[in-house]
Amino acid sequence: MSSTSTPAELTAHYYDLHEHDHPEGGSTMLGFWIYLMSDCLIFAILFAAYAVLGGNLAAGPGPQDLFDLPLVALNTAMLLFSSITYGFAMLAMVRGDKQKVLLWLAITGLFGLAFLSIELYEFHHLIHVGATPQRSAFLSAFFTLVGTHGLHVTFGLIWLVTLMVQVNRFGLKPANQRRLMCLSLFWHFLDVIWIGVFTFVYLMGMLR
Amino acid sequence: MSAPEPTAISPIFGRLTLDVLPLHEPIVVATFIAVVIGGAAVLALITKFKLWGMLWNDWFTSVDHKKIGIMYMVLGLVMFLRGFADAIMMRLQQVMGFNGSEGYLNAHHYDQIFTAHGVIMIFFVAMPFVTGLMNYLVPLQIGARDVSFPFLNNFSFWMTTAGAVLVMMSLFVGEFAQTGWLAYPPLSGIAYSPASGVDYYIWALQIAGVGTTLSGINLIVTIIKLRAPGMSLMRMPVFTWTSLCTNVLIVASFPVLTGVLLLLSLDRYVGTNFFTNDFGGSPMMYVNLIWIWGHPEVYILILPLFGVFSEITATFSGKRLFGYTSMVYATVVITILSYVVWLHHFFTMGSGASVNSFFGITTMVISIPTGAKLFNWLFTMYRGRIRFDLPMMWTVAFMLTFVVGGMTGVLLAVPPADFVLHNSLFLIAHFHNVIIGGVLFGLFAAINFWWPKAFGFKLDMFWGKISFWCWVVGFWLAFMPLYVLGLMGVTRRMRVFDDPSLQIWFIIAGIGAVIIAAGIGAMLVQFAVSIWKRNELRDETGDPWNGRTLEWATSSPPPDYNFAFTPVVHGLDAWHEMKQAGVKRPLDGFRAIHMPKNTGTGVVLAALSLVCGFALIWYMWWLAILSFVGLVGYAIYHTFNYKRDFHIPVETVAETEAARTRQLATVGA
Repeated sequence: MSSTSTPAELTAHYYDLHEHDHPEGGSTMLGFWIYLMSDCLIFAILFAAYAVLGGNLAAGPGPQDLFDLPLVALNTAMLLFSSITYGFAMLAMVRGDKQKVLLWLAITGLFGLAFLSIELYEFHHLIHVGATPQRSAFLSAFFTLVGTHGLHVTFGLIWLVTLMVQVNRFGLKPANQRRLMCLSLFWHFLDVIWIGVFTFVYLMGMLR
Repeated sequence: MSAPEPTAISPIFGRLTLDVLPLHEPIVVATFIAVVIGGAAVLALITKFKLWGMLWNDWFTSVDHKKIGIMYMVLGLVMFLRGFADAIMMRLQQVMGFNGSEGYLNAHHYDQIFTAHGVIMIFFVAMPFVTGLMNYLVPLQIGARDVSFPFLNNFSFWMTTAGAVLVMMSLFVGEFAQTGWLAYPPLSGIAYSPASGVDYYIWALQIAGVGTTLSGINLIVTIIKLRAPGMSLMRMPVFTWTSLCTNVLIVASFPVLTGVLLLLSLDRYVGTNFFTNDFGGSPMMYVNLIWIWGHPEVYILILPLFGVFSEITATFSGKRLFGYTSMVYATVVITILSYVVWLHHFFTMGSGASVNSFFGITTMVISIPTGAKLFNWLFTMYRGRIRFDLPMMWTVAFMLTFVVGGMTGVLLAVPPADFVLHNSLFLIAHFHNVIIGGVLFGLFAAINFWWPKAFGFKLDMFWGKISFWCWVVGFWLAFMPLYVLGLMGVTRRMRVFDDPSLQIWFIIAGIGAVIIAAGIGAMLVQFAVSIWKRNELRDETGDPWNGRTLEWATSSPPPDYNFAFTPVVHGLDAWHEMKQAGVKRPLDGFRAIHMPKNTGTGVVLAALSLVCGFALIWYMWWLAILSFVGLVGYAIYHTFNYKRDFHIPVETVAETEAARTRQLATVGA
C-alpha cells in the first residue's frame, strides 16, 4: 500500500469487508480423507503384524492347509461388485434420481452382506477344524487382519442403512450428498484394503 | 497362552467385587477420603452458586475452540497435580529405601505409581496442555472463526477427559498397571498381569486416543482450509506451522498406538498370540510398534512449544524472527526424521551393528535441525531490545536447560554408550531434562504469554518469578543427581537399594523435588493472586506485549466470533504490519456471522465410552455391549439433526464491536 492511501482504503486493504458465509461442509471431504489415511495406518499395523508373524505356525495348520481360494475369489467378487454398484448410486445422485440412489444402495448393501456371510462361513469353518485365533501367531494375525476389515464392512453397512433412511426421508440435500460421498470413499477404501488382503494374505499365502 | 480364568466372574458384576477396593492401603484410603471431601465441597459450591446451568450451557456443551482450549488446559493442570503427587511419592520412597529399610511403599503400590506417573504426565498432562494451546491459538492466528469441525472438537475433548477419568478411577477401584508407562509384554500379558491394571491402561489410552486422533485431523483441516485470505503457507505464524506438523504427526502415529493396543487387548481378552512367549508370538514386535508411535509422540509434545518459543522470542526481542524459512524447514525435517529413529529406544534388542548404526546416525541427525532452531532464537535475540517479562524468562531458561538435555540425548544415541546407559537413571535424567526443560517450561512461557489474551488481564509478576526460580533451581537439583547415579549404573524403577553411598544423591534429588513443589504452589498462588487483582492487571488493548501475529488484533478475551471482519494478510507477522501501516479497524458495515450451535452430544458419547471402557475392564459383558450399542445408536441419532448452525445477529456484532471501541478509547488507542 502506498503511503498516500486514506484510512478507509487501508481498512479495506487489510480487512475482508464483503465476506460471505462459508459454504457448510467445505472441509468435510478433506477431513474424511485424512481420517481414512489414519484408518489405513491401523491396517498397516495389522499387515505388518501378519508379515512378521505369518510364518509362525507353531506346528499348527498353515495357509495352504486352510485357505479355500475359490471361495475367497467369490468373496472378493462380492466386494468388487459392491463397489461398482456404489458407483452407480453416486451417478444416480449426480442426476438427482433419489429412487435410483436408494435402489443401488440397497444392491450395494446386499453385496456387502453376502461378503460378510461368506467371511463368517469361512471363519466358522476354520474354527471348526481347530484353526482358532489362539492356535498360533499366524492365525492370530490372520483373524485380526481379516476380522478388522470385516468389522469395517459391518459398520459401513450400518452407515449405509442409516443413509438410506436419511435420503429417503430428507431427500438428496447437500448434507446428504456429502454423507453419500464420504461413505463412497469409505466403501472404496475398504475395497482397496481387501485387494491388499486378498493378494498378501491369500494369494501369497498359497505360495508360501 | 490361556484366556483369562473363567472362575469367579459374576454375570452381572464381572470380576468386580468388594475385594478389589484397595482398603488395605492406608495411603490410598486417605487419598480417597480427601478426594471425596474435596469433590463434595466443589460440587456443593457449584450447586450453592447455581453454576450448573452456566457450566453446562457455556462450557461443557460449547463448540467454541477458545472454551475447549481452556477446558483442555484445566484438565492438564488437574492431572498435572496428580502426576506430580506420584513423582514426589517416588522421590520420598527412593530416599527412604536404604540400609535395609523397605521405605513406605510396598512393591505393588510403588510399581503402580511409577507407571501412573509416566502415563498421566504424557497422555493426560502434556497432551491436553499442547492440544489446548493449539486449539485456543491456531484459529486466532490464522484469522478464522473456529476450527473446521467444531462439534468434533468438543467430542475430542470429552474423550480425552473420559480417558483421564478412567485412570483416576483405577486409583480407587481395582489397580493400575505395574508395567511401566509403555506396558511391555510379556509382563503386560494376561499371564503376568492378570488383574485389572493393564486393562485400565489399555482402555484409558484407547478412549483418549480417539479424541487425540480426531482433534489432530480437525486442526490439520483447519490450518489447510480456514486461513485468512492472503495467508499463504509461508506467511503462517511459526506456532501455526509447528501445530500443523504436530497434528500431522498425531494423525500419522496415534493410529499405530491404537493398533498395537488393540493387539495387546486381543492377547489379554481373546487369548491370541501376538506378543506372548509361545505359539509364535513376539514380544519385541510390541516394543517396535509402540515406539513407532512413541518417538513421534515426543516430537508431538515438543514441536508446538518450539513454535511458542519462536513467537515469544520475536515479540520480546522486538524483531521479526531470524530465519523464518529455515525454522519452517527445520520443523518439517524433524517431523519426517521422527519416524526413522524409533529403534534407538532399544538398541539392546540385539538387532545387530548395521541396524543400530543406522538408527544411531538418524538420531544424531535430528540434532541438526534442532540446533538450527536454537541458533535462530539466539540470532533473533542478538541486538534485539529484549524485555525480560515472564514468558521471555521461561524461554531463556528453556534454551539453557534444553541444550543440556539435547546433548545427553546425542550421547545416548551412540549405541555402545547406550548399551551401558540403557534403562539407567541417566536416561530418566535425559528425558526429564528435555520434557521439563522443553515442554513444561514452554507451557509456562505460553501460559504467561497468552493468559492476557484468554482472560483480559496479565499474570502477577512477583509470584510468577518465585515460581520460575523454584522451578528452574528445583529442576536442576532434582535431575542432575540422576545423571550421576545413571553413570554409576543405577537402573530405573528401583524401590530399595543395597549400596548406602548412593543415598546422598537421592536426598539431593528429593530436595529438588520439594523445591519444584514450591514452584507449583507459587504458580497456583500466581493464578489466584492475578484473578484477585485482575482489575489492576487488566489489559484493555488486546495487545499487551506489542505482539506480531493476528491473535493480538482482536480484543482480550476475543468475542465468540473472533474477528468481526476477517483480516487480509499481506506478509509475515500480519498484525505487526497492520500496526506499522496504521490500519484502523472497521467501525460499521457489520454483517451477521454464521456460527456453529452448541451440543451435548460430545458429553453423552464420551460418557457412554467411559461406561463401555469400565465394563470391559471388569468383564461386565452385558454392560459393555449395552453401552457400545448406545454409543453407536446415539451417534446415529445425532446425524438426524441437520440444523447445527445459527447466525449471530448483526445487532449483537455491532454492540460487541461498539463496546470494544469504547474500551480502546479508555486507553487512547
